Amino acid sequence: MSLVEIKGISKSYGAVQVLKNVSLDVAKGEIIAVIGRSGSGKSTMLRCINGLEPIQGGSILVDGVQVNDPRTNLRKLRQEVGIVFQSFNLFPHLSVCDNITLAPRVVKKQAPDAAREIARDVLRRVGLEDKLDAFPSQLSGGQQQRVAIARSLAMQPKLMLFDEVTSALDPELTGEVLKVLESVAQDGMTMILVTHEMGFARRFGSRVVFMHEGRIHEEGQAAAVLAEPKTPELQTFLSAVLH
Amino acid sequence: MIRSFGLIDVMYLVAAARWTVALTVTAFTGAALLGLVIAVVRILPFAPLRWLAAGYTHIVQGTPLLVWLFLIFFGLPLIGISVNPWFAAAVAFSVYGSAFLGEIWRGALISIAKTQWEAGASLGLSLWEQLRHIIVPQSIRVAIPPTVGFLVQLIKNTSLAATIGLVELTREGQLTAAGTYKPFAVYITVACIYFLMCFPLTQWSRSLERKLDVAR
Repeated sequence: MSLVEIKGISKSYGAVQVLKNVSLDVAKGEIIAVIGRSGSGKSTMLRCINGLEPIQGGSILVDGVQVNDPRTNLRKLRQEVGIVFQSFNLFPHLSVCDNITLAPRVVKKQAPDAAREIARDVLRRVGLEDKLDAFPSQLSGGQQQRVAIARSLAMQPKLMLFDEVTSALDPELTGEVLKVLESVAQDGMTMILVTHEMGFARRFGSRVVFMHEGRIHEEGQAAAVLAEPKTPELQTFLSAVLH
Repeated sequence: MIRSFGLIDVMYLVAAARWTVALTVTAFTGAALLGLVIAVVRILPFAPLRWLAAGYTHIVQGTPLLVWLFLIFFGLPLIGISVNPWFAAAVAFSVYGSAFLGEIWRGALISIAKTQWEAGASLGLSLWEQLRHIIVPQSIRVAIPPTVGFLVQLIKNTSLAATIGLVELTREGQLTAAGTYKPFAVYITVACIYFLMCFPLTQWSRSLERKLDVAR
């Protein structure tokens, strides 16, 4: 069974339709790279998956739970679906440790000591164990994003969504974040990434999905799609981002 | 016989200032409790409650405090509820303060980026948990300077309670002025006592503003 089943979803902001009959199945362990121009609906689709954006048509199932059903407990769903944002969105008033342990403590009712151990553990995975008691403002952008990834990992999600997580970073800082993404990928996490990092998509993506004007315009095995795009739109897009 | 204005009168004024302080503290407490509810209700996605809180705020802010004071003190007895000046003042000032604190705190709450709510929601936190652990702690930094500023306004406005016979600092001043025929000296003294209560708070508010701004 697929971990994520998106069936013919549509979404509009007023008169502007941003998603038009989008369908996508993601199997457990898959790494999907979603690419496309800004405004093509990539981020919106991603945000629909954990219910941050409501949809107007179609359905989304995550691990068998229907996201767009009003009876669904979104809080429960979101414990299983991590999301990392472009602008990190760490909590500036909390230390790195508290950023990471807030949800485990408050939502999962873990004891503070146990939560702190988890924080230590996930920080080790992103290479920032020494920043446990630092505050977000004391960290570089790359470090903040790694903490944001660690915060998500601490909830032990089944699926992780990444919304252009390197786009707000200086080029020399994207490498450290990509390295973390790679290690998360190698641990077998199911990941959907909206990304402009074609190199990452090629090496780690099991599939590439190209979105254009609110639709999935082309998709397929990552290396193949990127090497030999079939549609002229993808060809144009790739030549624009690769040069 | 006309008394002279002496040290003993100054002592009486200072003693009366206790009631100004007591009224301020009582009113601020009431205003804070009610204001907190109003601020939170106005940012939550429950439309009817939001409208109710907004309506309350507009009505209170659009009417004079003095009218509220008279309404409660002279109006309630007409419908069989007897009130003493202290009670009337405490209620009127709490109502008045709650509308202003509600607005100040609502402003502080909505100054926190929507992405902070989203980050909390994405981790599975409920609306209340997002408010309590993420939004409120951050908005306190924004809210403290204008809150202290409002407190200063409140101290000064408690002088209106003199009109319903509550013997606080201003009323005591009126009585002393009437007894001594030295209104100038008396009211200068009254003004000085108000100033001594308000000025430190204003300075504190300024320093907080600086400190909290640096901390960002």
